[in-house]
Parts: sequence; C-alpha cells; structure tokens
Amino acid sequence: MELFLNAIVSGLLLGGFYAAVALGLAIAFGQLDIVNIAHPAFVIVGSYVAYMVNSRIGLDPVLIGLLFAPVFFVVGGAIYRVYYASFERTGQEALSGLAFFFGLMFIIEVLLIMIYGVDYRLVAAPYIGSTWRFGPIAVPLRMLVPFVTALVMTAGVYLYLSNTFTGRAILAVSQDRLALRLMGADPIKIKQLAFGLSIATAALAGALLIIIGPVEPSMNRQYIGRVFAIVVLGGMGSIGGTLVAALILGVAESFVATFYGPSWAPAVAFGILLITLALRPQGLFGRY
Amino acid sequence: MRDIVFWMAVALIFLLGVLATKTYDNEFFFFAGYAVLQATIMAVAWNILGGFTGYVNFGSAGFFAIGAYTSVALHKALEPSMLVLLLVAALLGGLVGLGTGYLTLRLRGVYFAIATLAMAIVFETFVTNWQYVGGATGAYILTPETVLFFDSYIEFLFALMLFLALGAVAIARHLQISRIGKGLAAVRDDEIAAECTGVPTLRLKLVSTTTMGALMAVAGVPYPFFVTYVDPLSAFNLVIAVNAIAMPMIGGTAIWYGPVVGALLLGSIQEIATVTISSEVNVLIVGVLLVTFIMVAPQGIVGLIRDCWRRRHKRG
Repeated sequence: MELFLNAIVSGLLLGGFYAAVALGLAIAFGQLDIVNIAHPAFVIVGSYVAYMVNSRIGLDPVLIGLLFAPVFFVVGGAIYRVYYASFERTGQEALSGLAFFFGLMFIIEVLLIMIYGVDYRLVAAPYIGSTWRFGPIAVPLRMLVPFVTALVMTAGVYLYLSNTFTGRAILAVSQDRLALRLMGADPIKIKQLAFGLSIATAALAGALLIIIGPVEPSMNRQYIGRVFAIVVLGGMGSIGGTLVAALILGVAESFVATFYGPSWAPAVAFGILLITLALRPQGLFGRY
Repeated sequence: MRDIVFWMAVALIFLLGVLATKTYDNEFFFFAGYAVLQATIMAVAWNILGGFTGYVNFGSAGFFAIGAYTSVALHKALEPSMLVLLLVAALLGGLVGLGTGYLTLRLRGVYFAIATLAMAIVFETFVTNWQYVGGATGAYILTPETVLFFDSYIEFLFALMLFLALGAVAIARHLQISRIGKGLAAVRDDEIAAECTGVPTLRLKLVSTTTMGALMAVAGVPYPFFVTYVDPLSAFNLVIAVNAIAMPMIGGTAIWYGPVVGALLLGSIQEIATVTISSEVNVLIVGVLLVTFIMVAPQGIVGLIRDCWRRRHKRG
C-alpha cells in the first residue's frame, strides 16, 4: 500500500514535469502543424545552459530558465523563418520538413557531445537534496519544484492562448488562415511568434530537467517518444489535454518502474503512443 | 533492352567484387567496403518507402536490429546457415513493416514517422531486457575461419553484402519501373487523387513498407558476424537511422539509383573521415549535409545533375 501511494505521488510529480517538456510540442505540432521532432533536443540545450550558468555564478536553475526563455524565443522565431522559407512556402513540409528537424536534432546532439563530452552534468541548488515527508509518502523537493514550476508555466500558456488577441490568433492559425488574415493578423508572423513561444518553453523545461537529475546529450531521444505520446494522447494541441496526458504517462511510467523495474520504463510511452494511434488517433480530448 | 544492360552491369559488378577478394589483400578495404554496402542497402530500402511514396521512416535502426538479433538468437540456438538466417530475418522484418504500416498508414504521414520511431524504441527496450541474447551487456559471436572458397571470413561477408546490395537495388528498380511504381508515384504526388482514380493506395503502401522492412532486416543479418560483438546500443544506433535518411536525401529520392549515389558518396566520405579525423566530426558532417541538401537542393545530387544537363541541352 505504501509502495502504491508512493508510486502514484512520484508518478504525478513526474507527469507534471513531462507537461512542461511536452507543452512546446503541443503548440508546435498541435497548433501550428510543425512536426518539431527536435523539441527534446532544445530542452537538452536548455539544461546545458542552466548547467553552464549555474556552475559559473551559482544562479538558481529555474531563474536561469526564465532569463534565457527570451533568447530561445528569438532563436525559435528565426528557425521558423528558415523552415517557412525552405519548406512551408513550397508545400514540402511533409517529407523534407520532418527530415530537416531530424537533422537539426542530430546536429544539436553531436555539437553538445563535442563541446561537453558524454559525461553526465548536474546543477546545484539548496533544495535539491531535501525531502518533505507526509506520513508514509516521501516528496523530494527536486521533483516538487519542477512540478510546481511546470504547472505555473502550463497555466500561464493556457491563459495567454485563451485570453489575448495574439493567443487566440495562434489557436486560429491552423484552422482558417484566410479568416485570420481578414481579422487583420498575418499568419506567418503569428506562426513565428507561436514557434518562438514553443522553443522558449524548452529553456525552462530544460532547467527543470537538470534539477530532477543529471543530464547528458543523447537523453533527448528518450523524450521524443514521451512528448509525442503526450501530445497525441492529449488531443493534439489542447493545453489541458496535454497536462492530463502528461500526468497519465507519469503515473504509468512510475508504476512500471516500481513493479517491473526501471529498464522497462522507456517502452511505456511508446506503448501508449502505439495504442493511441491504433485505437483513438484523435486523442482523449480531440476536436474531431 | 535496358533490362539486359542493367542485369549485365549487375553481374559484372558482382564478378569484379568477387575477383577483388582473390587479388586484393588489404583487409581494411573489405571492412570499409562492407560498411558502405550495408549503408547502401539501408538507403535503397528507405527510399522504397520514403522516396517512392513520401512516408518517412525514422525507425530504420529498429528494422536493422531485427535482422541483427535474429542472427544472434538463431545462431545461439541452432547455428543454421546464413541463407536460413537471411530468410527468417526477411520474414520478420517484412511482418513488422506490414504491421507498423497497417496500424498507421491510414492516418496522416507524420503518425507513421512517429510510430516507426516508437517501434524502434520498444524493440530496443525488449532486447535490453532479453537475457538470452545478452541483454544490455551484449553478446559475442564466434565466426568460422573461412567459408566456401574465400581466404578469410571478411572477404566472404564482403561478397555476401555485395550480392545483397545488388539484389536490393534490383528490387527497388523493379518496383519503380513496374505498374506498382506508377501507383506509388501517384500516392506521393497526390494521395487523394490517386485513391479517387482507383489506385489501391493502402495496399501499395503496405507493399512498400513490407519490402522496406524485409530489406533492412536482411542488411542487419551479417552484422553480428561482421563486428563479432553486438549490444543494443550499437545495433539500434541512431547513426544507422540518420544515414538511411541522409543518403537518399543527398543522392536524390525520386529515382532508384539516387540512394545508391548518396550511399557510395557519403559512405566513402564517412569511412575516410572516421579514420583521418574523428567519428564525432564524421557524424556532424552527415547531419550538416542532410540539412543543407534538404534546404538548398531537395532533389539531391541526381536532381542537380539532371537540371544542369537539361539547361545545357536547351541552350545547345
């Protein structure tokens, strides 16, 4: 029973963090139809930025993530410009666009290996070692801080998308471009903004990742399956659905790791993904 | 007529390859040649789906590893001949290709791409936990000293790989120039229009995925004998998947010999770069070339040459 409760709690904490990683892809893949398979690679870059600044001047990782989000935002916008000019404008995003992001992911990973090597890197923060106890349930702060930060970030993105003009324009861009243009918004600018936002979330998600545990360059591959499973299960771009799907995946992984051993955990996400694609491709909260 | 020329060229290349094992002593040449030929099969197989129909397979390493681990498991259990290993692997790879295709090809193309990636990771987790084939630590394979009339085992593997690569090229060429190829091209250009005019799109796509899966698994069969030690990290290496995409994209996806051009060129560059610079730089080169070609020359080298030729022809 104690094991069971702990598995649920640590699964929920993990799931909340997964929501932070998947959020950017929910925007890019779900709303903009840009299959950014390199998203986890950007998250790892966020981790390494946090590591670099933290080890030099000892700043809090979450703060670093927030400070660098604007930089990631600009980079994301620039990448969208390139993507638009090379693929979207000519209608080649299906094959070439996918391969483009695949190549990008690969380049990021190899560059990180060449600069930092394949060793695991970690950050220092006062709360990382300590654990709160509620009776039999243990809540390590290195899980709780990312969980809370992720929930705040998800809520922030949700409010932004549903309550501001530009946010609503982002939601509209994948549905009806012409109507959007008639409302006086340029679809390309809106998509550039949204993709920038998507990459900006990776800065913070990366900082959270390196709080949870040590990071090395090839870790992004494990997250590809997780983020796509979450986004597809969550119904492609629904922010609330993404959060629910992330929590489901977190709990499922935690149970498998507790009762079958951690070496089976990577297959959980892909199992969920394959089952979702086969049985309910529109996801739990799909629009159609 | 063109068929006769093609088959004579295939026979000539194979004979030259076998002759090389008799006259040439440098073992490194055969190691490097094996690696390039393996990449050629993977590239040609990837293109049967990716180039002919426009569906992207990210899980090439998974199909490759199916072949490699079929070898490891069967070799440990029964020690059958290479021919049996190849047939079993082709069957398994084909079935997995068919299954993945059947699950996702009715959806949008991107789901197929993600599902192939998923398939590779599920298999990797499975193999990592399968102690019979060595689990995470890997397995050793003892190779016989010599086979048939070859002087060393690597020469035999080289000749085998040459035979398989030529076979893969012949299959890809046949698929493209036959009726099936016209249907596949219709799927790539406009799937809905093809469906409306009576092209059995799903069945054609399934033929493609099955052939691709079978060929990739076949490419993996001799691998354990080539390296004599296999672990999940090397059999499911991402570099295999990236090469399988990069080589056709760089060579040209529209026609069957595009991936061959890409594989021979990129494969040779990689072999040279690994020896002279470092393996990380070599991997970086592939990534950068892939992205550059997709952005600047989406038709690949074959397309570039054809454009040049046409332009000159018009002027003259």
